[in-house]
Amino acid sequence: MDQNDRRPGAELVPVTLVVNGETRRLEIEPAVTLLDLLRERLHLTGTKKGCDQGQCGACTVLVDGRRVNACLQLAVMRDGCDVVTIEGLGTPDDLHPMQAAFVARDAFQCGYCTPGQICSAVALVAEGQARTPDEIRELMSGNLCRCGAYSNIAAAIGDVMAGAAGAKEAAE
Amino acid sequence: MTPFSYLRAQSLQDAIAALAAEPGSRVIAGGTNLVDLMKYDVEAPRRLVDITRLPLHGVIPTDAGGLRIGALTPNSDLAYHPQAARDYPLLASAILAGASAQLRNAATTGGNLLQRTRCPYFYDVATACNKRAPGSGCSARTGINRNAAILGASEACVATHPSDMCVALAALEAIVHVEGPNGARALPIADLHRLPGDAPERDVTLDRGEIITAVELPSPRFGRHHSYLKLRDRLSYAFALVSVAAALEIAGGRVVTARLALGGVAHKPWRIREAEALLEGAAPSRAAFAEAADRLLQGAVGLGGNDFKIPLARRAIIRALTQAADGAPQSQSRKVIN
Repeated sequence: MDQNDRRPGAELVPVTLVVNGETRRLEIEPAVTLLDLLRERLHLTGTKKGCDQGQCGACTVLVDGRRVNACLQLAVMRDGCDVVTIEGLGTPDDLHPMQAAFVARDAFQCGYCTPGQICSAVALVAEGQARTPDEIRELMSGNLCRCGAYSNIAAAIGDVMAGAAGAKEAAE
Repeated sequence: MTPFSYLRAQSLQDAIAALAAEPGSRVIAGGTNLVDLMKYDVEAPRRLVDITRLPLHGVIPTDAGGLRIGALTPNSDLAYHPQAARDYPLLASAILAGASAQLRNAATTGGNLLQRTRCPYFYDVATACNKRAPGSGCSARTGINRNAAILGASEACVATHPSDMCVALAALEAIVHVEGPNGARALPIADLHRLPGDAPERDVTLDRGEIITAVELPSPRFGRHHSYLKLRDRLSYAFALVSVAAALEIAGGRVVTARLALGGVAHKPWRIREAEALLEGAAPSRAAFAEAADRLLQGAVGLGGNDFKIPLARRAIIRALTQAADGAPQSQSRKVIN
């Protein structure tokens, strides 16, 4: 349900979220998903609505640092949480390393799944569970790309992981 | 989504009382299944009771040498929990075989136990389904039944339970702790899920108002000889057509203890003690594994579209037992089946 379809007399619940570092206070119906709140109320349309049923990953955002499908989160349940969307990762002038790697590897075609892919990939690196290309692919399986850019997506993530590993070694 | 009211429970008693007071109330935690079902109007609770702020998190060692897993523990946290992954690799493997990283981050242990079937007719409110609308009939029995049950089904329902985690929990003989209006109780996981019979609308044996608080694992025995083998229509991020949780204790060249459970084939994880007993005392061999497979699949019937599951399950059981005996569990990232 989009917030614009607000029904007369429907219960409104206050919710406070920190979105990309900014505290946002809203009143919403309990049925509003985090995805609809981000897109329709906060106009952060970088997060995409693909299947709206947790099967495609286009709506992937970071909630308290963990990647989740925003379409399956009721926003009211995330009251008090920290949310990072693609808009919070980098800007055109200051790309996040994962965004830069996706550009360098041409890891997209139409681009619709890309914000979700990048949020998911950033979390994958932070989780530290993937080491091999097989593991990258498996742990990215929640993000579908109907253009089939998978090989370049996996390569971009591998680049960032190698860079992060190199930086860590240099620091040690 | 049908409008509903929202209650954030402040205590377990709060939540139990709320469920008892309003029959249209449902518990919500991770929401990965319930929110989806609400979007399709398969579920239309009048009130959601949010239990995510309750102190039901954490993985704690028990006095019996096992683990107590709080019902709100996310699937990913459990799979990557150092002690759980070390002592119960079969469980960690099964969890990682299911869903996606995003869903595992949101989905909880208790919610995984209570997730509902993915039978396409259950999801399609325009069709007959006895599980969704009791008495309306079963569309799957004569319809598209590729994913349907081959064991334990009834005239009323041929749905399968979709969980991977529960298949491993069945093999590991987990105990489910619940609390409700009449106090706390514990039940073996085998007694939690039920066969459809003539009441397929009931997935589990819980009474109204009962909330799962924890899952307890007995002390670990299957750290070396185990495998979770899941077969599906694509390499990842799909529900099982057939899955096998196999766990063995082997000593002196003989199987001492065997545990064997199937997913994707019935309304609950499918386990037959007699099939396991056939292995115990025997030397691990293809012939012994085949005998156990035949016993576990005794009475299996197809509906047409899912006939293939019977020979597929037989071969998968033999393969998983071979992997377990060899100490070479199926990898959940490198999908080559050895």
